[in-house]
Amino acid sequence: MAKNIQSVERAAAVLRVVGAAGRPVELAEIAQALDLPRTTTHGIVRTLREVGLLTQPNHSTAYALGRRLATLGRARLDPNDIRSLTTNYADALASHSRQAVFIGVPHVRGVAIIHHVFRPDDREQTMVIGAVVPFHATALGKATLAFAPSAAGGGLSLERFTGRTVRTRGRLDVELSRVRAQGFALDVGEHDPDLAGIAAPLRTVGGLGVGAVGIVGTVGTMVGTDSQPRPDLVGHVRDAATAMSRAIVAGR
Amino acid sequence: MRPLSHEPVVAAIDQGTTSTRCMLFDPQGQTVALAQVEHRQIHPAPGWVEHDAAEVWRNVTLVVPMALRQGGVEVGDIVALGIANQRETSVVWDPVSGKVLAPAITWQDTRTADIVTTLVQAGHDEQIEAISGLVPRTYFAGPRLRWQLDHVTGLRDRAQAGELLFGTMESWLIWNLTGGPDGGVHVTDVTNASRTMLMDIETRQWSPRLLELLDVPASVLPRIASNAERYGTCTTLLPGVPVTAAIGDQQAALVGQTCFEVGQAKCTYGSGAFLLSNTGPTRIVSSRGLISTVAYQLGDDAPSYALEGSIAVAGSLVQWLRDSLGLIDTAPQIETLAATVPENGGCYIVPAFSGLYAPHWRDDARGIIVGLTSYITKGHLARAVLEATAWQTVEVVEALRGDTGMDLDRFVVDGGMTSNQLLMQYIADVLDQRVERPLVSESVCLGAAYLAGLTVGYWDSLAAVRDNWHRAGSWRPRMDPARRAIERAGWEEAVRRALADCS
Repeated sequence: MAKNIQSVERAAAVLRVVGAAGRPVELAEIAQALDLPRTTTHGIVRTLREVGLLTQPNHSTAYALGRRLATLGRARLDPNDIRSLTTNYADALASHSRQAVFIGVPHVRGVAIIHHVFRPDDREQTMVIGAVVPFHATALGKATLAFAPSAAGGGLSLERFTGRTVRTRGRLDVELSRVRAQGFALDVGEHDPDLAGIAAPLRTVGGLGVGAVGIVGTVGTMVGTDSQPRPDLVGHVRDAATAMSRAIVAGR
Repeated sequence: MRPLSHEPVVAAIDQGTTSTRCMLFDPQGQTVALAQVEHRQIHPAPGWVEHDAAEVWRNVTLVVPMALRQGGVEVGDIVALGIANQRETSVVWDPVSGKVLAPAITWQDTRTADIVTTLVQAGHDEQIEAISGLVPRTYFAGPRLRWQLDHVTGLRDRAQAGELLFGTMESWLIWNLTGGPDGGVHVTDVTNASRTMLMDIETRQWSPRLLELLDVPASVLPRIASNAERYGTCTTLLPGVPVTAAIGDQQAALVGQTCFEVGQAKCTYGSGAFLLSNTGPTRIVSSRGLISTVAYQLGDDAPSYALEGSIAVAGSLVQWLRDSLGLIDTAPQIETLAATVPENGGCYIVPAFSGLYAPHWRDDARGIIVGLTSYITKGHLARAVLEATAWQTVEVVEALRGDTGMDLDRFVVDGGMTSNQLLMQYIADVLDQRVERPLVSESVCLGAAYLAGLTVGYWDSLAAVRDNWHRAGSWRPRMDPARRAIERAGWEEAVRRALADCS
């Protein structure tokens, strides 16, 4: 049988000591309880603190179990955390692209809109936070689905919204491969004949997709005469998605 | 956020209650970079809240380079620096060593209750109000300086010997940025000074009478300047960059929201919540517990004034739920928890952690939770936490309407809590008015940047920056009036109890 890794065993023992105390525990106490040298113990607790499994409450010298330990079993990101962590980037994206911005996360029937920034032209617009848009007919949906394949759960309804809606699983799979290769998704008149969307995935640790950010505007403002999406807009969306993903990873 | 471009930008530092941030803005008022570091909240006794001003300065030295890196900006690209700050927090330091001489006493701290009560009992309150425009309260900075002089060993001797400087956070930061012990500029601005209870609101200079009443030597005080002028040049951190704006955070948000016309107002939701309404060149004296304050003054121009409805506890109640009760892991999760129930279950929280501010102004009020039954879950508590902020908003909006006789034609909000959809919807519901959020939620930084940029000609007029304002979100009221009336009665009953329990 392979030998166990000693430092992992010791780290687990430290967590058990702190957990059993039910109160913040000083370094000296931990070292004593495990009969380890102070310097060794300090290396372990410092590492555990850095990865968020231990914390020093109220900036004291004593250690307690970190918040991340409690949330280990709950890997799903809270949509309200995502909105809060990304809101400044969403504003910047609306400001640079001059289009409406949406952030979505997977939902049973499609992508649930968890954040909406109005197109910054001061025209009348309505918040659609809480609405659900289809996976197969929107850029936001395709960007979500491409990087989180289990997002759609059991099945996908490939409902027809316009003449351009993707209606076969085969064509959708081709489209999703392209999204994965390009790093962004596109919808030109597939959900609403007059509107186009560009979206990029939000990804957390290990590249796992947790949702997507996208912009939506009229086909004329989003797509060039060559029927390709305007490269500057694609760039803004991808930059925003990268910055948001970084903020989500850092904020967890 | 973007590669090195060498386009000129304006920098702003927002030294806030829980964190210090640095932002960079382009000519359209768009965010180029945002960096932020939190500092410790020190609670040595009930009602006491301190900050370590040395830690705050260290954090400034961290966030500024972080923002530059993030924005791909070099020091030479920055045309000006503006500073906005948590107001009324009192810092004392040694001009020779540059060392802080006592913990900074923050605006939420109520330890000066005895000093304030003594002034009132001696019958000085009317004179203080006549000169400073402020009814004596623990909220203001002057009594904190007096407390420090009285209680920190050796401080009064130092003051006498010229070995002590006092300032609110902007003074402390500007002094350090412009050289510290080596020629640092000791200056404050008219908005921060107007919250010390030491300034004559008409002359906008320190009042000899108020200094005498509070027994504070003039020698420790900074010079009072306008909000937009060249105070000095950074010798460190951003060497060569002129410091050209300083303004209290709430007034900064008013500017950031471009509320330059009489009657325009904004409400900022941070640790506390603050409604400010521009009253133009006229100073309106409130009969409903609002504070008459300087809104901003640009160089030698005449100042604009504002009426302010101050709510001491808003976001800090959410932090309390997170840090002291452990009901949520992060502040935004309050919304998730609140959404687990459709209504508050009859539970109301009155968060009088620092007494109750506007419009009640009771330093001695303490927080209460009413309506507890076995039916109440943590979801109901979460709702009550958010609703407390909404109802306090209603109270200050109604006080403002009473004082000015004007309805707000728009209710414009900013600050971190505006990302909370449930709260924003509830505010629209109970105000029965549309709530609007601007494209840049960080109005405090933006306001400081606007003033700094206006001073050096980066923007040429208030009208030019006004064109940068865009609506990024809005919430329309949809609550049934009968429901609103029932909820209002529940809240008012809770407030009555919070006030009754303490007298």
